[in-house]
Amino acid sequence: MPRLDQLQAGDALPARSHTPTNVSLFLYNAAVWNPHRIHFDEPYTVEVEKHPGIVVDGPLQGDWLSQVVLDWLGEDGELLEFEYSNRRASYLGDTLTAGGRIEAIDAVARTVTLTLEVRDQHGEVTAPGRAVVRLAH
Amino acid sequence: MTTTDALITDDIRAWIGRSEGPQRIDITRRDIIKYAIATGQRQEKYLRGDEAPPMFLFGADRPLVELDKLGPDGLRAESLLPPLPLKRVMAGGIKQRYHRKLRPGDVVFVKRTLADVYQKQGSSGPLIFVVYEIEVTDADGQLVMQETQSRINR
Repeated sequence: MPRLDQLQAGDALPARSHTPTNVSLFLYNAAVWNPHRIHFDEPYTVEVEKHPGIVVDGPLQGDWLSQVVLDWLGEDGELLEFEYSNRRASYLGDTLTAGGRIEAIDAVARTVTLTLEVRDQHGEVTAPGRAVVRLAH
Repeated sequence: MTTTDALITDDIRAWIGRSEGPQRIDITRRDIIKYAIATGQRQEKYLRGDEAPPMFLFGADRPLVELDKLGPDGLRAESLLPPLPLKRVMAGGIKQRYHRKLRPGDVVFVKRTLADVYQKQGSSGPLIFVVYEIEVTDADGQLVMQETQSRINR
């Protein structure tokens, strides 16, 4: 688990890949009570909203970015701030990899600023993000 | 991108500053577990529902409306939104600042304010950005989370 004196700007956080399925997307949209048809109705999504396929929720990718931070941090600190934005749409069948690296360390405040991003299988960034954590040690 | 605001009329601008809520939300273990499973969480405290993941409230604060209030795209008509000349909606992004963690049994109150509406020129046409400020407080009135959320109409 991270300790302030062992970290350097540029260090990478462990990345994790996600390949959503119809079932996982259904459960996510049920959990957040999102009935937008672009997440479960393929003919509607393609014909009416002109997407090439079922759309992977942007906020789900945001959550994966938060998990990159939380799983690295464990119980050795706390998440103070988190942000992300949706840059490109992703579709069912894509493999999305969430990762991050250390951007800056403030030894006095014991805070670390992290740059985050989700990339698709083509290497394109679909969701950039940023987080600030405070470390316990 | 260049910034112009030809699409943002005075009628639209008059909506800035309007708010809705506070909406009461009861945090339950079962809802946390559902969210944790659906998002692929790995930490036991989330999978057991002992603590809510930071983005849990993103879904939990969605207003619940009856079926006949949902449009043909499945979405409810957004109540805190002026009529806009661009109709297709995309998620923008969020920024959250956390003040305390949420656990089963907590009760929170969510207040949402329309903070800004502005126009930008995208690569394939104009975009309208709608910005909401969301404030979540607990039963004692203490801040739980502050969020800035944007959506894009194109």
